[in-house]
Amino acid sequence: MVKTSTRKGEIMNYEKRPDGRGWLQTRPIIAKAGVIKKADGSGYFKIGKTEAYAAVYGPRELHPKFLQNPMHGVLRCNYNMMPFSGAGDRVKPGPSRRSKEISMVTSKALLPVVNIDDFPNAVVDVFIELPQTDAGSRCAGICAASIALADAGIQMKDMVAAISVGRVGDKLVVDLDYDEEAWGGHGGHVADIPVAMIPSTGEITLLQMDGKITKDELLSAIEQARPVFLEIAEIQRQAVKEKFARWARGEE
Amino acid sequence: MRESKLLVHDKVVVTPGEVIAEGMEYFPGLGTYRHEDRILANQTGLLNIEGKVLKTTPLSGRYLPSRNDVVIGRVIDILMSGWRVDINCPYSAVLPLKDATFDFIKKGADLTEYFNLEDYILCKITQVTSQNLIDVSMKGPGLAKLKGGQFITVNAAKVPRIIGRKGSMVSMVKKATNCKIAVGQNGIVWINGEPPAELIAVQAVKMIEREAHTSGLTERVKLFLEQQTGVTLDMEQIVREAEAEAAEQERQTRRAPREEGFNDQ
Repeated sequence: MVKTSTRKGEIMNYEKRPDGRGWLQTRPIIAKAGVIKKADGSGYFKIGKTEAYAAVYGPRELHPKFLQNPMHGVLRCNYNMMPFSGAGDRVKPGPSRRSKEISMVTSKALLPVVNIDDFPNAVVDVFIELPQTDAGSRCAGICAASIALADAGIQMKDMVAAISVGRVGDKLVVDLDYDEEAWGGHGGHVADIPVAMIPSTGEITLLQMDGKITKDELLSAIEQARPVFLEIAEIQRQAVKEKFARWARGEE
Repeated sequence: MRESKLLVHDKVVVTPGEVIAEGMEYFPGLGTYRHEDRILANQTGLLNIEGKVLKTTPLSGRYLPSRNDVVIGRVIDILMSGWRVDINCPYSAVLPLKDATFDFIKKGADLTEYFNLEDYILCKITQVTSQNLIDVSMKGPGLAKLKGGQFITVNAAKVPRIIGRKGSMVSMVKKATNCKIAVGQNGIVWINGEPPAELIAVQAVKMIEREAHTSGLTERVKLFLEQQTGVTLDMEQIVREAEAEAAEQERQTRRAPREEGFNDQ
């Protein structure tokens, strides 16, 4: 027998991360802006093997008309994992319960920074597509969407940086990959908590959890991850600046 | 009080959430805001420092309508008493009957005789409301239906560069290629001329859009046009003519237009 089951309640000792990272170290990140030429703004965010593209269209007229709001503009996000993106199992294309939920929490994570009050009855569409996923896809999607919104010249008071924090065995970690999420199988004592933050104010705009964690551990995990959010926001800003630098050099 | 300090240079690209200045001595303008004692950007754009006021000029994004802009629109619907016009922005505009022509239009007349679906018009924005309802007018010098030629879309932020100072850039392209060109503030450009020349004009406009942020652009466009068309361009004369034309338009705008019939190109 390869795996020994643990007694209920006993927390296993997590010795080392599979890819040799530090506990509070993210996977390597690559971020770009302006990757989809036809869109008003676009972003690309790759963290480890998880890859997200985001395209922003708008503000533009909102149809169907009953969704229009005369008080302010609407931010409409659409999250989609491509059918071949996961472990290679065929996935039924089209929206699922999971992707609808993530679309909703993504727009709620972005809305606090975005100012579309000046566009009543209009919509800003954000399309997020993931060609490859290895856990942390909603966070990668939010990061890519932030870059895309900034690139589209939408008014926003800050970038939204997102990363998962959590616990694997007895260790608090940042940016769990799929192997860590599945560590120890059922009852392996893993908590995966995607968090989105407005770095300049420290406000949290997304907080979900899969697994179990104590209140103190949760607070300490978020506190420890704080510098990571600032780091990600800086990477996002550099991505947008790099696009305009490419423009200035005449490469685009 | 802490000493005020600028953290970013003038004419540098800033991105949302970036701290531009610290301290209370500076003021936020368009595209920036104050958070506690710092000033941050809330829009991607080029930083403009005007004395103590920090502003940004957007580099991307959709065209936003404002009063007195001359834009190129496409008729997308015919209403009870006017036309609905797509002006390449988040909201469509309405061309009311009374602002469409100097002709008398009888009640129940067929409005398609004046403007039909898919017609392109050069029009002026007369009003924008808080709900972004837009009215346009055809009454004004140079405003007309645009027939033939081709329409290209450019980034609305680049339009001032395509027009050039007092219209010098677009006049140069017109002069070299002998094309009729209309540039809408909304980023739609109409070019009509002899086929080979028209193509050169399109290339020139795209070149200006691509290199809008660089200096010495006028010289390069002039060189390009001279190479392509073989026409020698006298910049001084072009600038003089463009200025005269701008002054003439200004004069006509001030004079209330009365008997000039519907200006149909």
